Amino acid sequence: MERLAATARRDAYGSKINRDHSPVLAYGVPWVTIMLASLVPLLPVIAPAPILPPFGYLLLLAWRMDRPGLLPMWAGLPLGLFNDLYSGQPIGSDVLLFSLTMIALEVLELRFPWRNFWQDWAIAALFIPVYLLAGAFLSGSSLSVTQLPLLVPQLLLSIIVFPIVAKMVSLLDRLRLTRVKRIG
Amino acid sequence: MAPPTTKRSGSDKKAQLGLFAGYLAAGLGATLGALLLAISLWRPETFAGLRSMASDAAAPVGEVGAAGRVGSRNFFEAIAGYYDAGTKNAELEEEIRIARVRLAEARALEQENERLRAVLELAEGDIAPVATARLIGSTSTSARRYAYLSAGRRDGVEPGMPVTSPLGLVGRVLEAGRNTSRVLLLTDTDSVVPVRRATDNTVAFAEGRADGSLRIRLINLGINPLEVGDIFVTSGAGGLFHPGTAVAMVSEVTDDGAIGQLLSNPAATDVVIVKPIWQGNVLEEIEEPLDAEDPADADE
Repeated sequence: MERLAATARRDAYGSKINRDHSPVLAYGVPWVTIMLASLVPLLPVIAPAPILPPFGYLLLLAWRMDRPGLLPMWAGLPLGLFNDLYSGQPIGSDVLLFSLTMIALEVLELRFPWRNFWQDWAIAALFIPVYLLAGAFLSGSSLSVTQLPLLVPQLLLSIIVFPIVAKMVSLLDRLRLTRVKRIG
Repeated sequence: MAPPTTKRSGSDKKAQLGLFAGYLAAGLGATLGALLLAISLWRPETFAGLRSMASDAAAPVGEVGAAGRVGSRNFFEAIAGYYDAGTKNAELEEEIRIARVRLAEARALEQENERLRAVLELAEGDIAPVATARLIGSTSTSARRYAYLSAGRRDGVEPGMPVTSPLGLVGRVLEAGRNTSRVLLLTDTDSVVPVRRATDNTVAFAEGRADGSLRIRLINLGINPLEVGDIFVTSGAGGLFHPGTAVAMVSEVTDDGAIGQLLSNPAATDVVIVKPIWQGNVLEEIEEPLDAEDPADADE
């Protein structure tokens, strides 16, 4: 008797028999996780200076690179607006920066459709400083140029934390595609 | 991961249109963002209602973080209490004995504190607070320095009210929602507080530097009289802040003033007090002759 391949009935996303992906999870998880990450300012950390990485932005980058085409190109508008509500930036700054990031990543992807993890990290290491500097510039605070080293710890931390965020996103991606819906 | 093949348009007119629509939508999003940004930089208070609504809605998340630790500790302590009730009783009696000694020591310290306060001319807390609340979060990812407070209009908090901790001034309320409000911390670059040296009347402005310290700019330029270790308190000039609240200690003397360290580090503050806006007798005195001369002015 022929044996079925090991993956015929079951794979990393659960049983294939009588089960299917849930559209709510498959499309909702990226949005919900990015919005949850935008709530980081409500953690009971009273920071004397910008310290924590912009987790909302990091998750947006990670999801966009991990699953191209999953977030629509206009996703920067609602997600940026939500991030603006809590981040302390003037409303609109993240709408602008998130939208520009989505466009830039799209253009970059036309050029380099196949990337490995190191290239993704390098791209993130390029985008994060631009985002943080632009954010500080658009924040309406009167920071002088001599005060810009203030951003360095946050910047380095954000770049170092990106692989962890990317790994988390790939775990969440597994959750996203878990077959939970019963069919038949 | 490579982009899905649906994103390659080729000669497919429909796919080309879809891609174009995507760029168009994202471009419109960016434009809208730029417009919103321009509005909120021009008139920062425009979206205050939207923001307070959002922080009101998410406040439970922050409350869980701030109060959850206390709650969970009580829960487990209650269970643990059943196991060691006997030994605990003996321990408690011992603790009470120690506490009595400590209480006497604390009274002595309190007296010394009063004496030192009198030396520094710090005002005693005789103003009834509007509300007592927790700082439930801060904009730790942004270059702006705001904190979220777990009290809002429902507790009587209004924009402009100074927020203090037992150690000194923390900031002032910028926007008040129903249950939460947004506090402009002293270290924000937009925060300017009129201060004076505690020992004499050297007046200055304390400006935030966004990195946890304050820049103290003397009003009267000349020979810089400041020394490391000088304490600055609010002067009460211009209203808003009650005079005599501790603000900063000089840690580094510069040409036109000094760099001061915050006395009341908000990161180490658990509970803060919201005080009413200090208008001072001066403002009332100004208003009175206006009323007497021209009643119409009072309405404006």
